[in-house]
Amino acid sequence: MNIYLKLIWAYLKIGIFGFGGGYAMLSLVEKAVVEPGWISETTFTDIVAISQMTPGPIGINSATYIGYVAPGAVDPALASTGWGLLGSVLCTLAVTVPSFLLVLYASHFIRRHRESGSIKAIFNGLRPVVVGLIASAAIMLMNAANFNPNGIDSQLWINIGICAAAFCLAYFPIKYKEKKIRIHPILIIIMAGTAGYLLYGL
Amino acid sequence: MCGKGKSTYRNSDIMDTDNDIEQRTASYWRLFATFFKIGAFTFGGGWAMISIIEREIVDRYHWIEKDDFLDLLAIAQSLPGILAVNIATAVGDKLRGTSGSVVASLGTILPSFLIILAIAIFLTPEMIKNNRVISAIFMGIRPAVVALIIAPVLTSAKAAKLRWKTVWIPLVVALMISLDLGFVSNPILYILLGAAGGFLFWWLPRIKTSRNDKR
Repeated sequence: MNIYLKLIWAYLKIGIFGFGGGYAMLSLVEKAVVEPGWISETTFTDIVAISQMTPGPIGINSATYIGYVAPGAVDPALASTGWGLLGSVLCTLAVTVPSFLLVLYASHFIRRHRESGSIKAIFNGLRPVVVGLIASAAIMLMNAANFNPNGIDSQLWINIGICAAAFCLAYFPIKYKEKKIRIHPILIIIMAGTAGYLLYGL
Repeated sequence: MCGKGKSTYRNSDIMDTDNDIEQRTASYWRLFATFFKIGAFTFGGGWAMISIIEREIVDRYHWIEKDDFLDLLAIAQSLPGILAVNIATAVGDKLRGTSGSVVASLGTILPSFLIILAIAIFLTPEMIKNNRVISAIFMGIRPAVVALIIAPVLTSAKAAKLRWKTVWIPLVVALMISLDLGFVSNPILYILLGAAGGFLFWWLPRIKTSRNDKR
């Protein structure tokens, strides 16, 4: 099947089953685009990082970037700006069109069933699953490509240290003048990038 | 269109200055520009975006009453897909019908689309790999990205109020998906199972009680 049709199909599925927000969507995206080999595990992680640092929802960001690079990765003949642009337009539309149509044509249905409590019940069932989806995205990214790309033990431990430090900054609020401040993900990524430059780039 | 516009103009008798009436008119252009601005300046999507949308749509332009906005938000949350796009679609539809929803959602999508497109053109995977400085920077960033995904695991686990009876669900889901076992590692399977499970837990006791009522 044509790579563009495959991409559209993958992103339609992500759009239809993307419950629970951007992070929960990540495991769907990873399964859909990393496993077929359209992009590498490190590229996927880089896209997540870029999404965190740029405005807009992570679902759109990943669709645009992956749509651009995937055709060229599968077939070198498609590695041009034009073919990439086509891929990003198609993926971005594919991920948004299902919910766009649902909002337009299923709102009445949802409104009616919200009162009966069935929608709430379905989301009660989905909530623990969403926790598992986000966790699976995290677990799948804890791989050698992200933590130990060169097979050097000291790098592995440094990267585990970066991960632990970033987690503490992201999860535990800092008390400052009786106020609890949470450090913004962008700042954490900038700090990790600086650490990467100082440790590996000099 | 007329029926949809009604609620927007509900208080027009007390808001009678020209300025206010002009503020309440949601032209396609204003609708597009507003959502474009929201898409261009909110980092992180999701809830960060929702509060900005509310401020612009409800507080600033008075296009929609707060109650109506909360209703639209509830609908947008109950549907799959990207929350910010869903709410833009719902708001656009309420204000200007289907073409309004196209305009509003395109406005939300376009900034991130253009920014990421520019990045994809100039920062290709090959470049990240082959440029010594960029590759070093990303080597430091990647473990931090993993941490940024572990943090919402814990926050969402807290929000889900997991008990001993339910805590096995995310554990099993995470384990099965991260193993590479084909069909049983497909996240869609667990989304469907979770939705079906939630529905059945609600529905089965109801048919029981309705049977008892008949007796």
